[in-house]
Amino acid sequence: MKPLDPRLVRTADAVRTHLAVTVVSGVLITGLILIQAWLLARVITGAWAGEGMDALGWMIAAVAAVAVARALLSYLAEASALHSAARTKSQLRRRLVAHVTGSGKVWLAEGGDREDGAPRAGELVTLATRGLDALDEYFSRYLPQLVLACIVPFAVLAVVFWADWISGAVILVTLPLIPVFMALIGMHTQQRTERQWRLLSRLGGHFLDVVEGLPTLAVFRRAKAQAAIIRGVGEDHRRATMGTLRIAFLSAFALELLATLAVALVAVEVGLRLLGGHMDYQTALLVLILAPEAYLPLREVGARFHASMEGVAAADQVFTELDRRRETAGPGAAGDEAAGQAPAPTGAPSPAAAGDIRFEGVGLLYPGRDVPALSGLDLTVRAGERLLLTGPSGSGKTTLLSLLLRLGEPTEGRISVRAPGGEWTPLDRLPADDWRLGIAWVPQHPYLFDVSVADNIRLGAPDADMERVREAARLAEADGFVSALPDGYGTRLGERGARLSAGQRQRIALARAMCRDAPLVLLDEPTAHLDPENAKAVRTAVTRLLEGRTAVIVAHDTGWAESVLGENLRTAALPLLTREAHR
Amino acid sequence: MNAETNGTGGDPTAVTGGFEVDERERRRDPLLRMIGLARPRGGRFALGVLLGAAATGSGVALLGVAAWMLATAADHPSITALSVAVVATRALGVSKGVTRYLERLVTHDAAFRTLAEVRVRVYERLAGTEPFGRFRSGDLVSRLVNDTETTLDLLVRGLAPPLVSVVTGGATVLFLTSVYVPGGLLLAAGLLLAGLAVPLAAAALGTGPGRREAVARGRLSTTLVDTLQGAPDLVAYGAMERQVALVNEADTELTRVAARDAATLGLSAGANALITGLTVWGALFLGVLAVSDGSIGPTALAVLVLTTLAAFEIVAPLPAVAARLGAIRASGERLFGVLDTPAAVSAPARSGLEIDPEADTTVRVRNLRVRYGPGEPWALDGVDLEIPAGATVAVVGPSGAGKSTLASVLLRFRDPDGGRVEIGGTDVTDYPADEVRRVVSGVPQDPHVFASTLRENLRLARPGAEDDELWAALRRARLAEEVEAMPRGLDTQVGSHGLGLSGGMRQRLALARAVLAGPRVLVLDEPTAHLDPDTRDGVVADLLAAARGFSTLLITHDLTGLDRVDRIYVVREGRVLQSGTHEELTTEAGWFRSVSER
Repeated sequence: MKPLDPRLVRTADAVRTHLAVTVVSGVLITGLILIQAWLLARVITGAWAGEGMDALGWMIAAVAAVAVARALLSYLAEASALHSAARTKSQLRRRLVAHVTGSGKVWLAEGGDREDGAPRAGELVTLATRGLDALDEYFSRYLPQLVLACIVPFAVLAVVFWADWISGAVILVTLPLIPVFMALIGMHTQQRTERQWRLLSRLGGHFLDVVEGLPTLAVFRRAKAQAAIIRGVGEDHRRATMGTLRIAFLSAFALELLATLAVALVAVEVGLRLLGGHMDYQTALLVLILAPEAYLPLREVGARFHASMEGVAAADQVFTELDRRRETAGPGAAGDEAAGQAPAPTGAPSPAAAGDIRFEGVGLLYPGRDVPALSGLDLTVRAGERLLLTGPSGSGKTTLLSLLLRLGEPTEGRISVRAPGGEWTPLDRLPADDWRLGIAWVPQHPYLFDVSVADNIRLGAPDADMERVREAARLAEADGFVSALPDGYGTRLGERGARLSAGQRQRIALARAMCRDAPLVLLDEPTAHLDPENAKAVRTAVTRLLEGRTAVIVAHDTGWAESVLGENLRTAALPLLTREAHR
Repeated sequence: MNAETNGTGGDPTAVTGGFEVDERERRRDPLLRMIGLARPRGGRFALGVLLGAAATGSGVALLGVAAWMLATAADHPSITALSVAVVATRALGVSKGVTRYLERLVTHDAAFRTLAEVRVRVYERLAGTEPFGRFRSGDLVSRLVNDTETTLDLLVRGLAPPLVSVVTGGATVLFLTSVYVPGGLLLAAGLLLAGLAVPLAAAALGTGPGRREAVARGRLSTTLVDTLQGAPDLVAYGAMERQVALVNEADTELTRVAARDAATLGLSAGANALITGLTVWGALFLGVLAVSDGSIGPTALAVLVLTTLAAFEIVAPLPAVAARLGAIRASGERLFGVLDTPAAVSAPARSGLEIDPEADTTVRVRNLRVRYGPGEPWALDGVDLEIPAGATVAVVGPSGAGKSTLASVLLRFRDPDGGRVEIGGTDVTDYPADEVRRVVSGVPQDPHVFASTLRENLRLARPGAEDDELWAALRRARLAEEVEAMPRGLDTQVGSHGLGLSGGMRQRLALARAVLAGPRVLVLDEPTAHLDPDTRDGVVADLLAAARGFSTLLITHDLTGLDRVDRIYVVREGRVLQSGTHEELTTEAGWFRSVSER
């Protein structure tokens, strides 16, 4: 992994500011280190030679000044680093969110965005928050040390060479050994460590597995017996980990050993030449004080490498994500508005939603898949009818709804719509936002947001007043339990609507659809996972929702349909592979 | 005996089966309690601290000895005067790296040994108290496991460095005091400030910003979760733009908070640099004065200044330790929160009572009442029910009716708060929990499939079972054909949580396991809850077929396949609403008929 990702520098201007600040403060700190070393050597030598406070006083005062200056510099550098880190994280996050949400292409359950290796929503959230937080360490600790590691050793080396070329030569020879040794050890051990880490994560997972399975173990009276196994696995875990660590610590060992040993060699060599009269005391002291400084930044960079690389890795994942979606947006899935075919959205519902819909040879192949989710579909949905779609899982029922919602565009064939009394128009010529305004959708697992019940219901009609919200809830058989919540319609639902049961969530989603008041209704398995009581309430609500509207309903279980959906019912079983199938 | 007078009641101080935690122990700082966990490994830790002190000490001593060597050499004595210093310098140059390496190995080893023990203790406690009511969310379990791992972090990174600093710092101060008393005192002050005062002040200053950031981050994270997971709903309802605006608002807030606090958090870096610099300056100033008035020689001055310069390496790791203390304490609190829970099931008054499985094993539930805490609504409010030996009984009702609570009482995961459960006429609380489970077993809700082989998962129910017994159980659960078709048969790895199997296969595996355990009464809790509609019907039929010969209690919210059971109880809001055969319930007006209508 690169210590400094060029994409990071390009993307976030906060990074560029930070780099500039870091380099400037690095140069200043290097200067202060050299000045302090010279002052210390000079004062100690002066006192040895019999100079008193009057002669040395200004130099001692200068040491204090250097201390204050260094403190100020460290403070400013650290504060600026944390500041830049916060801004960089924000810039990366905003780009990520804009990128992920911007395309409007969010495939539904059967869809392909999980298939091309893209992270799941939960992973993206972790990445955008905790993952990027690791950049703090990278910015405030690693980058400054990296800059120092690039400046200080050379500056120290130059000064030591100028003062005493033999000591300079010792440092010049040992200094490059450190990165070389670390790389050599790293290469040798990497493979072995990786294998060990895999074993470790398996052993670590065992404890979690057993704790999660504790109720099951208790049922079979095996709970207490497992303690011995956990002890054994813990012992294996320790042995394996120690095996890994013995090797992993080797590179730190090489670094520490070389750095200290080199300082010891310089000290002895300088001491012997001083003894022999080949060198003066002040130079010897200067060399001794400066020698450890040449190695210090390298040690610090080494010590902080792993912690800091987490931040770089998180940034790397963000960039991968930014690139990925761009690549996988295939020809059919390309942004429709971006292609310039559709006029700008008007903000008014498209009249076509109240009319007929025609599928002609429509198919969809999700990016990264071999088998199409849907192919050669010919189907007409006439205004006012209720089309019940049945078929085994995987036959493309949900995909069809997804296409109607324009969450994706077909990769073959086309969908046309016709407003009452109008002409057939290809669906992709309509602004997606206007088209969706005419649709009310109740998915199989509706998502409820961590806002109030009322705001959840008026998701698709933000201007709806409380009267309309309450009426929608009443029609959806939701008014009763919502009113019983602590704050009624003002109750926050918690993450993913955790407060409510599956049946209640379904009824809120129906209220949402009622509130949207759209001419076209799409329902996906409205009662699949509900207990009989909730299922009954949902069926009642569905009957009301469908009154006077066109509907496409996906259902596995069709027994209830006849009585609920009424006389305008037509059933179509997927897959519909022939043009005659819908007749 | 009368059910009312004999119930164990909801007394929270019920006997906890030998797992009580001393009240004084409970009130101690979790940090101290976590350190207490490491006490058995005290010897190894002490060795680690000594090695660490040797390593840090070598670094400081190297510069001190070298300074002495140069200052002595400056007066051109004979080489013998330097020979010891030369050898010492070289030795110190080597010893620092070596002792540091050994220290890291020894402390990590001790920490891993402790972690292994803590794991066992956490597990034994959980197995002893069985607080499964708290296990609803998988998040809690993984957090518990993480908190256990955090103790490792505490031990390696939190415990050793301060002790090493105390040992090395003390030795260095003592040494400098012997060279020049004010110099030693000055260093002591500097080390205390840089190693103790500044880190603690920084940690205290950092709590405010830390909390503010955590709140802002929490808000951002919730909004992001909503945005990404609810994306289809947002797009379909044209609400994505509004939602992204909310995300950006939360992001702006977080960035504003973080940027404002950067000024505070940078203070400790500056303070440390200032203390180090000024202590060196002070040593130089005092030393030069002392040389001029003759209290120390020029050699001592060099040793004093250079040792002081090197000594701040001793306290370098401490700010990081202080910064982590809060997080480690919080995880300790959560860990002990679980460990201090009283047992969910009381131990019987008389021990060693055994159930005769050959005798009558009719299960009678009489006026059973259960609630999840004082003041909570009753989850079961006076349930009466009978499972005659060999009969199949179903309990149906909407979600939240209390059905799973009934299962957890029957499987002895919790005590009744009123009423009683009898097996063959004896109250189940008279038996040890495991004795009841010898007779009553089954498939709990969300049965866990372990990340192991099919064989190991089955053998859990009967350790040492032969392969033909396993195959018989698989056949009974209608899983044998699928397993035979697998290339590795019983040795097939099922993956984490059994995800290598389909949902229907997992349920059948759990059933085979329950059959293999050979109880008299099988409790099947929501066996079809997570199956898609296609597989649901087949699983119910197979379950009921396999359960023939056992007394069976099928708990479900799904009405399919119930015509095959002997008796159905409808439970709603903790009470039995209706009971009877399938035929009776479908003809009689009531809940069952009204919800079966289509």
